[in-house]
Amino acid sequence: MRVRELVIIGGGPAGLSAAVEAKKLGVEDVLIIDRESEPGGILKQCIHTGFGLHVFKEELTGPEYAERFIAEAQERGIEIMLDTMVIELTDDRRILAVNSRDGLVELKARAVILAMGCRERTRGAINIPGFRPSGIFTAGTAQYFINIEGYMPGKEVVILGSGDVGLIMARHLTLEGAKVKCVAEIMPYSNGLTRNIVQCLQDFNIPLLLNHTVVNIHGKKRVEGVTIAEVDLNRKPRMETARYVSCDTLLLSVGLIPENELSRMAKVQIDEVTGGPVVDQSMQTTIEGIFACGNVLHVHDVVDLVTIEARVAARGAADFLKQKKKRIRPATVPVIPGEGLRYVLPQRIDLDGALEETQNFFMRSVKPMDRGRLLIQSDRGVVMSKNLKFIRPSEMISIKVKREILQQNNCLKISLCEGSENGD
Amino acid sequence: MIKEHKVTCIVCPAGCEIIARVRKNSIIEIRGNRCKKGVDYARNEVIEPRRVLTTTVRLENGHFLPVKTAKPIPRELIFKAIKELKEVRVKVPVKMGEVVHQNVAGSNVDVVSTRSWRK
Amino acid sequence: MTDVVIIGGGVVGCMIARELSRFDLSVVLLEKEEDVASGTSKANSAVIHAGYDAKPGTLKAQLNIRGNALFDKICDELDVPFKRIGSLVVAVKEDDVKELEKLLEQGKANGVSPLKIISKEELFELEPNINSKACAALYAPTAGIINPFELTVALAENAAQNGVTIRFNSPVVDVKACDDGMMMVKTPHETFHSPFVINAAGLFADEISQMAGAEAYTITPRKGEYLIFDKRCSDMINMVIFPTPTKFSKGILVCPTIDGNFFIGPNSNDIEDKHDTGVTSEGIDEIIRGARRLVPGLPLENVITSFAGLRAVSNTNDFIIEASRKVKGFINVGGIQSPGLSSAPAIAEMVIEILQEEGLTLKEKNNFNSRRNRIYPFRELNDEERKKLIRHNPAYGHVICRCETVTEGEIVDAIRRPVGARSLDGIKRRTRAGLGRCQGGFCSPRVIKILSRELGISPLKVTKCGQGSEILKGRTKDFIDSDGDFNES
Repeated sequence: MRVRELVIIGGGPAGLSAAVEAKKLGVEDVLIIDRESEPGGILKQCIHTGFGLHVFKEELTGPEYAERFIAEAQERGIEIMLDTMVIELTDDRRILAVNSRDGLVELKARAVILAMGCRERTRGAINIPGFRPSGIFTAGTAQYFINIEGYMPGKEVVILGSGDVGLIMARHLTLEGAKVKCVAEIMPYSNGLTRNIVQCLQDFNIPLLLNHTVVNIHGKKRVEGVTIAEVDLNRKPRMETARYVSCDTLLLSVGLIPENELSRMAKVQIDEVTGGPVVDQSMQTTIEGIFACGNVLHVHDVVDLVTIEARVAARGAADFLKQKKKRIRPATVPVIPGEGLRYVLPQRIDLDGALEETQNFFMRSVKPMDRGRLLIQSDRGVVMSKNLKFIRPSEMISIKVKREILQQNNCLKISLCEGSENGD
Repeated sequence: MIKEHKVTCIVCPAGCEIIARVRKNSIIEIRGNRCKKGVDYARNEVIEPRRVLTTTVRLENGHFLPVKTAKPIPRELIFKAIKELKEVRVKVPVKMGEVVHQNVAGSNVDVVSTRSWRK
Repeated sequence: MTDVVIIGGGVVGCMIARELSRFDLSVVLLEKEEDVASGTSKANSAVIHAGYDAKPGTLKAQLNIRGNALFDKICDELDVPFKRIGSLVVAVKEDDVKELEKLLEQGKANGVSPLKIISKEELFELEPNINSKACAALYAPTAGIINPFELTVALAENAAQNGVTIRFNSPVVDVKACDDGMMMVKTPHETFHSPFVINAAGLFADEISQMAGAEAYTITPRKGEYLIFDKRCSDMINMVIFPTPTKFSKGILVCPTIDGNFFIGPNSNDIEDKHDTGVTSEGIDEIIRGARRLVPGLPLENVITSFAGLRAVSNTNDFIIEASRKVKGFINVGGIQSPGLSSAPAIAEMVIEILQEEGLTLKEKNNFNSRRNRIYPFRELNDEERKKLIRHNPAYGHVICRCETVTEGEIVDAIRRPVGARSLDGIKRRTRAGLGRCQGGFCSPRVIKILSRELGISPLKVTKCGQGSEILKGRTKDFIDSDGDFNES
């Protein structure tokens, strides 16, 4: 069995960014394994703009963002094993992968970075009644058909879910010749960026129906229409508001789920809220030498933040590889989400690990707030607070916390209250 | 004749709903914005909104090449541009950033490839 | 000349076809859909029942017991996974125990063995996640689980290997007795003349019988809805778990699938439309409520899909398996609802006997091949077998469906074998590609490409489940004609 220094599973933005960074930090032997015939992951099909504003200070399309990293990876001599699916990962970092050229590939990695990304929630996960005809697509699958294969999944489309992928697809479909009838969103607000609501829906007069959902799918062989209805405060459909919308296609943009089947095989502890591994500040999971970054860890709204996170994971892996002797289980400070927040990442701080002067925490609010106050509490009370404006569940909140605060407390809770002190 | 335009500002997450009143293509009033940036944004959106168009064009090898307009083009030209691009065929190899179609829809803006394709 | 025409490519029709393929006969099977098992056979509980449910003396009771016993041999010959995992009928209140005793007596009368009532302690030992109020259960170790689609495909493949002609997209538009004592069966494309016609048309058996001028009966579709859970939750339960039955049905069960998932369902509602396989929100609520009485801690967040199936319920409430007294050579095999799957092998035996009684001479072929191999399931092989397989055919190294680890080699095999897959659903049911937690989001574009390449058709012609269910509508920019309109508010 070949021993490799650092193996990165997944060659999307997270994997590529981590590989480049690890190489920069002196890790000589970096291998990326990717299941597709080209690296770049989901960016290949995200042909719209909006990528790179943080990392490159310019607005790029997905393929451009990916190509910059692919080019850098090639210049730095990073090996990318393509068309290869990792099918097993153990907690002692043995990897079993398969491809047509080499058959089964067995590797032992001194460190692993998980960068498998996420998958889309499906109709089954949200249980829409009705038939199961052809013409129901997840937004990402439709995007693949249109942008990679050049095929139209439909002519008349209803989109369920107003996350950014759904909004972007509304525009793509329209530009490529389809008629998007409406976008239905079960929540009272859209989960997409305002910019996308303006440029993907308003530009084309596509109605956004908030507090609406699809309650039935019609058509035995192919979708012929859907019934949509308003929902009440508990998000239950009010059937008296039901109406039929004819269409040949229903696009689902109802959320993304980190893809952690391999992580589970390796006994990595999964955070039930994020759907991704529990990590410390170096993005190390609960299994030593296995790190995680990008959408496999938690679903990001901006790819730039994936790159930044991947760099942290790469640094963590590089430090781990330099370590001479095995460490005993370290002392950790748990960081837990309180009221107003769905999750906080990293979920714990390893006090023996490297700690920067300030540590970044990422979190998501449970609901939109025009103003909110972020409180960091320990058993000694509030240790830090910050006022925030225009909070959206779709936009990650980040906060920097001083090293001392982390070192002086044995548990931290971060919460978010609506409104703010002093009305500021 | 005075026309009222409603514009959602996207400069920052506040998302101000701005009302711009226009007479004969000149703006006579802008309100609803919470900061100055909103004024410029609303003016551009009302007088001549521009967008970067991203789509795909066919490669001669049968695959599809992602492309974009090198700069934003007037929004009203977008469908004309799409129709023009429907007929475009690009030879491989092609490099990221290479012009694949000039002066799309008479906008004086070129369309460039957003990825490289070797064969 | 055709010796026997079978109408219907469900598990019953295919079982009969395979049995007939042992003999020197010309057999044609007509299926109105684009694949076998497209009706009742594809959407049911997939349980091979032990045989205690049916009233003693009924055909259902007799054929279930016989059918159950035949499964080991058939599944061995056809390389179809089948597991006798056992079933439990659970009493959740003291009153139910009396019902269990009645079932035990009935089972014994039918000849089910072994069969016994187990205590609360034994029950919790077997099924730790069962409702804590459960007080006893009827335990039948001979109950099993199978993939009914895989079984039907295997039967059809083996029948085809042995010379049976199978015609898809061939709804019977006319069937009647001719003056020469033969029967005529007409589809939109062909006409067959045959002395014997077997009506195994499932939900539509009543209509075919009427068309032929044979005995009148009615088939009512009885809908059952199901929810399937992610494989991740496979350790929730170990056996087929039934509630104590009511007058109307065996109730909503919690049951493992042979592929490692588990499901809950079905409910039971008589409907009018024989095509209505739509899932309803009331139905979903009903099965969740029902299943929670058995297993309160259902991991509902791990549901991956829902579906509905239709049982073909006859007005006699028993199977109708008999030669018509009105139309010579016409044999009804109707009303095959539960335990139809379990009884299928015995139904086929019975039909062969009837054919002989009606005058068909059977001469065994000397080249009948009873064996058929399944598609190599990459995910189930060990590493040595995998290596060998990829060396032999590199397509087995190309994983197409990541959730179920299905390779290109398996998909190509599914298309190329006799009675091969012609659609996305055909691939899905033969290989599991697209049946996992992402429900085809990742693999369906790739499977479409392979189907298009193997069948030599445009991706635009690839369907989900036959004509009319094409997946793609055109090329990008094809539909652009007029100027698009922009928001000018």
